[in-house]
Amino acid sequence: MNILVCVKRVPAPGARINITADGQQVDTAFLGFTVSPHEECAVEQAVQLIEKHGGDVTVLTLGPAEAEEQLRTAVSTGATKAVLVPIDTTDWDPQKTSEALAKVIAELETANGKYDLILFGNESADSCGYQVGIRVALKLGRPIVNGAKGLEIESGIATIRRESDAGVEIYKLKTPACVGVKEGINLPRYPTMKGRLASKKVAITQSAMTAETGGLKLITLQRPAERASNTKILGTGPEAASAVVDLLEELGVFK
Amino acid sequence: MTVLAVVEHDRGTITSASLGVLTAARSLAKQMNTKFEALTIGSNADALSEIIAKYGATTVHQAHHSALTDFGPEAWGESVAQIVRKVSPSLVIGTGTERGHEVIAQTAARLNLPASMNCLEFDKGFTGTEPLKVVRARWGGSLLEEAEIDSPIKLVTLANHVVEPTEEPVSASVSVIDVQLDESVTQSFVQDRVERVAGVTLATSPVVVSGGRGVGSAEAFAPLEELAGLLNGVVGCSRAVTNNGWRNHTDQVGQTGTRIAPDVYIACGISGAIQHWVGAMASKNILAINTDAQANIVTKAGYAVIGDLHAVVPAISAEIRRRHNK
Ligand SMILES: Cc1cc2nc3c(=O)[nH]c(=O)nc-3n(C[C@H](O)[C@H](O)[C@H](O)COP(=O)(O)OP(=O)(O)OC[C@H]3O[C@@H](n4cnc5c(N)ncnc54)[C@H](O)[C@@H]3O)c2cc1C
Repeated sequence: MNILVCVKRVPAPGARINITADGQQVDTAFLGFTVSPHEECAVEQAVQLIEKHGGDVTVLTLGPAEAEEQLRTAVSTGATKAVLVPIDTTDWDPQKTSEALAKVIAELETANGKYDLILFGNESADSCGYQVGIRVALKLGRPIVNGAKGLEIESGIATIRRESDAGVEIYKLKTPACVGVKEGINLPRYPTMKGRLASKKVAITQSAMTAETGGLKLITLQRPAERASNTKILGTGPEAASAVVDLLEELGVFK
Repeated sequence: MTVLAVVEHDRGTITSASLGVLTAARSLAKQMNTKFEALTIGSNADALSEIIAKYGATTVHQAHHSALTDFGPEAWGESVAQIVRKVSPSLVIGTGTERGHEVIAQTAARLNLPASMNCLEFDKGFTGTEPLKVVRARWGGSLLEEAEIDSPIKLVTLANHVVEPTEEPVSASVSVIDVQLDESVTQSFVQDRVERVAGVTLATSPVVVSGGRGVGSAEAFAPLEELAGLLNGVVGCSRAVTNNGWRNHTDQVGQTGTRIAPDVYIACGISGAIQHWVGAMASKNILAINTDAQANIVTKAGYAVIGDLHAVVPAISAEIRRRHNK
């Protein structure tokens, strides 16, 4: 079984997100980088599937040269191959990204055969566009369902479990298919010793691609207005319990 | 011209997010001096036209096809795309929910148009033909983006809970449109479902007692469970906790977990990283229990106790039992 997982390098901010002076980007001067938790889980799910069925997990990212770091991390947790589509900014708009990804995937498939599954994160952590996976799937002529909190594959049918307000929904797609994965589908493993070694050795395939600019343009980023808060310190240690229960009574919790 | 609202429903029951979308679409149509129309998918939603008319849509397009009996992202997206081709609206608004984003993304992909999800504001001067400026949520709402959509038809979703639904009844006409759906879109319907048993969930509980890395282990959540029980609430947690396997992801509060808005949120041993905060900030009252007086959650919360949660939480439970004879 061959599985492709598309991931995106994003900054990992802590208590607040700072923006560069030109308002165009998150100020990453003091930040580490990661991928969205959804994509970490997509990689884990793909690795679990090949552990069961055999095969390869390829991770693919469109991003700056530094995104190699995220590809190597994915390999350290069990992915077997890595492909980078280098761009000279942090990201492209969703239409441009999906056009380039679809073209690269078509090239990879011509060389290596079709992927049974192509996984995406449900939405990227930073731009939250909710659309790249769907656009890629349509360009490749494959079905896609988002929001997967469960994914099994048996006899060429991918069974997807998804949560809704009403409960759990089951979808079934004939492979080759695409799936948007959500955090919670599994608990991603930590890198193993063997994985760390593999991640140092893995050859990163570079696959340059161009595409047309789409119609959604970022003008400027802003931080939302913060709720002014004058924290009332109710006390220190267990002696504060009485003040806490006073507050809970005042807020009507026991009514 | 026309502003077209895409109504989200579950097998004929309209969702609350749709009411906000109908209200937003009506005011945008007024501003643009154009018609406000709505769209329902599947004949099981035909009866919704009455509700939709209360929100001011003058025409309701009803997409019909024998396969449209449940939700299916591709069939819904294809249906919307076909109706958009027919109606040629200048603006299409969907719900800012999992299904809403998915249907608008499907529509956009099929029409090869841009789409902007989770919009909070629309340019007040927009008339319908020029590029549309919007403010949309990034980072799950931790950051705002002013963006421009440059295309003949603008596709957006409205961030949930930002527009308060208000009625303005009209009498609406109905137009039934038979859509064409082939096998490429009909396999992704819901095949089966397990209905949730009614009860309080993390998303709806009026009291949530959450624990973070500071709790230290799965077993150490017992005192938090006890406190939540005394307050008729539920237990939540941070991602550090789910990542350690101490609790299930269904308990996680935050950007990639559940967004909550309880009356009281008690955050124990949680630092208040932006991705956690964005899921908890709608809480009416926040009490942080933390050893670090400088922790982000302490500086942002309305109330705080500085101290070791392992001592503070049981002391609170004991005091409640003492006062309330529990
Ligand atoms: C894209 C993305 C999405 C994310 N989504 C989410 C999400 O949905 N939800 C989420 O929670 N996180 C999310 N995160 C992770 C987030 O950035 C933080 O890493 C996480 O919230 C930290 O959890 P924590 O506060 O429990 O741990 P820490 O940050 O380690 O904080 C532990 C806190 O406990 C206090 N403490 C320690 N011991 C005690 C004690 N004995 N008594 C009292 N206090 C004590 C410490 O002072 C500290 O403040 C996401 C991250 C990324 C990059």
